[in-house]
Amino acid sequence: MSIREANEKALGIINRARPTLIGLDRAGEVLEGLTPKTILHAGPPFPRGWVDMSGPVRGAVIGALLYEGWVSSQEEGEELAASGSINFAPCHHYGAAGPMAGIISPSMPVWIVENKNEGNRTFSTINEGLGRVLRFGAYQEEVIRHLRWIEEGLFPLLQETLEKMGEIDLKEITAQALQMGDECHNRNRAATSLLIRKLAPHIMRVSPGREEGARVLEFMDSNDHFYLNLSMAACKATLDPILGLKECTLVATMARNGTDFGIRVAGLGHRWFTAPAEIIDGLFFPGYSQDDANPDLGDSVISETAGIGGFAMAASPAIVQFVGGSAGEATHYTESMYEITVGESDSYLIPILDFRGTPTGIDVRRVVETGLLPVINTGIAHKKAGIGQIGAGLVRPPLDCFQQALRALVEKYRP
Amino acid sequence: MEKPVQRLLQEDLRVINLGLEVFAHSLQEKEVEVVPVNWSPPAGGDQEMQELLRRLED
Repeated sequence: MSIREANEKALGIINRARPTLIGLDRAGEVLEGLTPKTILHAGPPFPRGWVDMSGPVRGAVIGALLYEGWVSSQEEGEELAASGSINFAPCHHYGAAGPMAGIISPSMPVWIVENKNEGNRTFSTINEGLGRVLRFGAYQEEVIRHLRWIEEGLFPLLQETLEKMGEIDLKEITAQALQMGDECHNRNRAATSLLIRKLAPHIMRVSPGREEGARVLEFMDSNDHFYLNLSMAACKATLDPILGLKECTLVATMARNGTDFGIRVAGLGHRWFTAPAEIIDGLFFPGYSQDDANPDLGDSVISETAGIGGFAMAASPAIVQFVGGSAGEATHYTESMYEITVGESDSYLIPILDFRGTPTGIDVRRVVETGLLPVINTGIAHKKAGIGQIGAGLVRPPLDCFQQALRALVEKYRP
Repeated sequence: MEKPVQRLLQEDLRVINLGLEVFAHSLQEKEVEVVPVNWSPPAGGDQEMQELLRRLED
């Protein structure tokens, strides 16, 4: 198979994917190989574990250790995390994708998404909302209390709801949301609303009393990013089947762990190509500035890898009020990404571009040739553990990741 | 018979500018229509990368 044929095949796999929400369960029950004392994190691996982690990831790890009850204080958490007895691993190695710090521990409930066309499954946690939350490195008592409500209040109700109502087609929701002003990375308001419309009557039918169901709906309504984690699992379910496709030069994964940015390329399997993560250029919440910002963080860049998020910004002029820039620039970002992709989505269409499909299938060769790097819109975490989100903005991956991958492609296929 | 180059010199200039923008500016000052092309050498001129790209052609 030639490179062109392999890339066309990969584009077909991506376009035919049918990511579908099929249920919810605890991570320890459904993530294969997730043993007790394992903590998953966003991005590529940390070669030296705890030592390599930035502030927000450390904060989120401490939070997860407190939440699991493995420690009872921050100091104990730091000691256990540094002891070497915790197995730290990327979410992507366990079929999962986690926003920002991306921490998943065995007791956390996770969405289960299945790509109906290929049969592969992916997982993501339930989005906690904005502000002081675990994924941005916060671990105060209120954060842990909220995680417990997600586990004990939200999870059982949503699990039963999905069991009763059946599966939900996520591709359909994302496609509709792009027609309604979302790009489904930093703007998920329409997608979250569409999801609530589907779930609401079924939630109220299974709720033991009116108040429990109402609280779940109020929480979902209060959190415009509720859909983000589902979208991330859907993007991963869409892309995972191309990982390992011989001769294919398309990017199958992009992810950040707050220290390094990593990519995986379809034709090179599970090997990561990493370089130091960049600082994000963005808008900051009052009282914060770039000096407070942690380097780029999170698995949510799986959105751009699948052709939405920064690649679909033309569909979402309102996003610039959150990440900066102008509506015209948002359109330009999308248009420029056609230069580094091999095709277009046949489902994710952009009204203002005459319903052109979003740029899809990032070709490592085109990135290196043009020097044009994927545009990513993303949240900004404070560099210190325990503080949380301080803004949002735009960032690009380091070119070095793509140059390393190009060398490896030649070594493997054209030595 | 009129040679094509003679015809070209008799018509208004329409210029495609590759490379330095300053060439376009001096023509634009004389109200000559210029289409700038955003061009840079492949891989930013990195010869190692250019060779790798050549080997990975379709």
